[in-house]
Order: sequence, then structure tokens, then C-alpha cells
Amino acid sequence: MAHEHEPGEEHEAGPRHELSHWAKRAYAMRDILVEKGVVTENDIRQQAEFTESKTPANGARLVALSWTDPEFKARFMADPKKVCAEMGIDASTLNEFVILENTDKVRHMVVCTLCSCYPRPILGRPPDWYKSFNYRKRAVNDPRGVMREFGLDLPDDVEVRVHDSTADMRYLVIPARPAGTENLSVEELEKLVTRDSMIGVMDALPSVPE
Amino acid sequence: MSGAAVFRDGAAVRVKSHFKPGHVRTPFYIKGKTGWVERCYGEFRNPESLGHSGDGLPRVRLYLVGFHQQDVWDGYDAGSKDKVFVDIFEHWLEPAADAGA
Repeated sequence: MAHEHEPGEEHEAGPRHELSHWAKRAYAMRDILVEKGVVTENDIRQQAEFTESKTPANGARLVALSWTDPEFKARFMADPKKVCAEMGIDASTLNEFVILENTDKVRHMVVCTLCSCYPRPILGRPPDWYKSFNYRKRAVNDPRGVMREFGLDLPDDVEVRVHDSTADMRYLVIPARPAGTENLSVEELEKLVTRDSMIGVMDALPSVPE
Repeated sequence: MSGAAVFRDGAAVRVKSHFKPGHVRTPFYIKGKTGWVERCYGEFRNPESLGHSGDGLPRVRLYLVGFHQQDVWDGYDAGSKDKVFVDIFEHWLEPAADAGA
């Protein structure tokens, strides 16, 4: 059956013996780079391990601390890379890092319509839907419709700001802190901060999942 | 590139609509649209050079440019205050008469 694949997609879903055009091309380029001595198999393995080791947990911690400590939030929003470095989060591969804060009146949502730019050191690998043509197209021209599919129906008077990260900037959304969470610890709050809430397509969870 | 940014914060700008072959980081849907400079992010290596094995020099200024969704998409009827922000390099921008901001 005809199906358009994106680069990388087939590494996460589908049998490896049925490699798509893009996967074959990626493996061929990898083989050539190794053969020519540009990179080694070990470099590739180390980079893959580094990438795989990143999860949204870093982002969740930064958000939970921003919720509980206004002074931390101010510093984080002013110089996010410096704050990451202080916390031992390696954000050095991010060219520039911009923090967007959701409020009652303004909501932010992040997309890269050109490819799949994403703050990987903070959030790990992007989900497949983030890289899909469907999301990349509809996030800019129908953001409210996309959010509805994530279970979020916004009133018209809330302003939706879509950020198309087309260049060197990587964006992270601080979702609004859910009501009734005043007594939760930072560790408990981290569990409310989902990856999707930091992309901006949904809210943080209302309570700690069972 | 050095010196002051060509476009100040709040300046009305239009995205050039010309076609340029090779790698560009200006999305098609925003070409020809008018918005405003939200802020200048500074200077970065030029992806139109980097994308073709170049050194990306000279660096080019990058702006955060805001647009009203209703100015970008025909029939965008939900949320009249909704906006889309796009990171656009200086050479893709030209002065416009009205920011619509």
C-alpha cells in the first residue's frame, strides 16, 4: 500500500526488514560516512545513546520549579540555558532556548512547519505526531482544532499564539499550574507536567496519575 | 553583518514573496504576509549557506515576527486575537506600511 514515510519514522514503527526509501537512503549515507572515516560506528552509537537518554523529565522539573518558585521562574525565563547548566541539564546543543508561559488569557503552542525542530535536550525525542505533515500543517492554520483533538476546547476570548520554530530558536511552554495543587511537592508536581503540555497542545494533568 | 538591526521592535514588515532556489527557512504560507517585529533575536549563521555545506557566514539577523491569524489565513474565524509567530531572517523582510498590530 502506498504510504508516505518521513525520515526516521520507520525506526519507531513498522518492521525493519521493510525499509522505506528514506530509511534505505539514511542507512546508505551512514555507511558511506563511516567508510570515508567522517564518523565512526562508535560516534553514531554514542550519539544515539545520548539522544535516547533524554526524556521530558528535564522539562517537567524546570516547569514544576517555575510553578513553585517565582524567583526561579524569572531567572529561567530570562536565561534558560544558564539555568539548565546550573541544574546539570546539558542544553549546550540548543542554539537558543525561549520559554513561553501560558496564562488564563494567552496560550502558546509550538510547531516546526519546515521539519521537526524541537528542544530535544529538554524534552527528548519528539513524538511522531509532532513530525507528521498533518500536525505541521494544521498547527498553524487550525490550532484550536488541533487542541480540541487533544481534549482542549478553548473559549474564543483566549488568545492562541502559535510559534513556528523555523530557525535557531527552540521553544518550551510552561503550562498553567492546575488549580488545587497548592499542597503538592515539586516531585508530585513534576508528574503533572506532560510532554504534550510543554509543546502546548494540552494542559498539565489536574492530579497525579495513579 | 554588524551594526543596528534594520527593523525595530514593533516595525511593520512584509515577508518577501520571491522564490529562492535551494534551502530556505521561510515557510511558504507566510510569504507576502504583513506583520510586525516582536523582537530581534540577534545574528546567526545563514541556514541558506549551511544547508549547502557552506560556512553560514556572514551571519544574518533573525527576528521574531508576529502575524494576526486572520491576516494569514482566509476564513480563520475563531479567536480574533489569535496570532502566529515565525522566526524570519532579515533578508526575507521588507518594510510595510501597516503592521496590523
